[in-house]
Amino acid sequence: MADNQSEIRYLTPPSVEIKKKKYCRFRKNRIKYIDYKDPEFLKKFVNEQGKILPRRVTGTSLKYQRKVATAIKRARYLALLPYVTDLLK
Amino acid sequence: MLNHYETVFITTPVLSESQMKEAVEKFKKVLTDTGATIVHEENWGLRKLAYPIQKKSTGFYYLIEFESEGSLIEKLETEYRRDERIIRFLTVKLDKYGLEYAEKKRSKKTEETKNVKED
Repeated sequence: MADNQSEIRYLTPPSVEIKKKKYCRFRKNRIKYIDYKDPEFLKKFVNEQGKILPRRVTGTSLKYQRKVATAIKRARYLALLPYVTDLLK
Repeated sequence: MLNHYETVFITTPVLSESQMKEAVEKFKKVLTDTGATIVHEENWGLRKLAYPIQKKSTGFYYLIEFESEGSLIEKLETEYRRDERIIRFLTVKLDKYGLEYAEKKRSKKTEETKNVKED
């Protein structure tokens, strides 16, 4: 009886959040230059509406976030990426 | 001081192939006449634009990589603006990382073509 009480049972197992550490993919893969001519790659850094994702979502370091932003803006100017849209992905 | 630049322009899709070639030749001539050396060029062909420009939804893309003095850019861009066939252009200076990237990409491409030939 005492054993049963000490053992708490849940109907659904409690989800323990294991936070995956974010990292900067440019630092990790030693990418020095972000190409504005590659829209498929840049799409990883925009949301469905074509907005640039914040650093807190992608985990990019500040140095490379700036480069990503300029690359996306250049790609937009050349009509490789849209300025505004719906359902980009 | 010589710098490395990269310029991309979009021409109207109404041009025929020969007209497109002529436009490319014209800008290459502008570059070489003013003392630039063309390092690399790339034809991306007809591409769909992400949004309409001047009511056109497609355009021919062309990329030229060159080495020149900075004062040349102004001349090139005025030529772009005067030309009705050009609907968009962008000139970017390549920093050392950009240069490295461009060279790597180029060598990869030549290797690929080599492999294709060998096959």
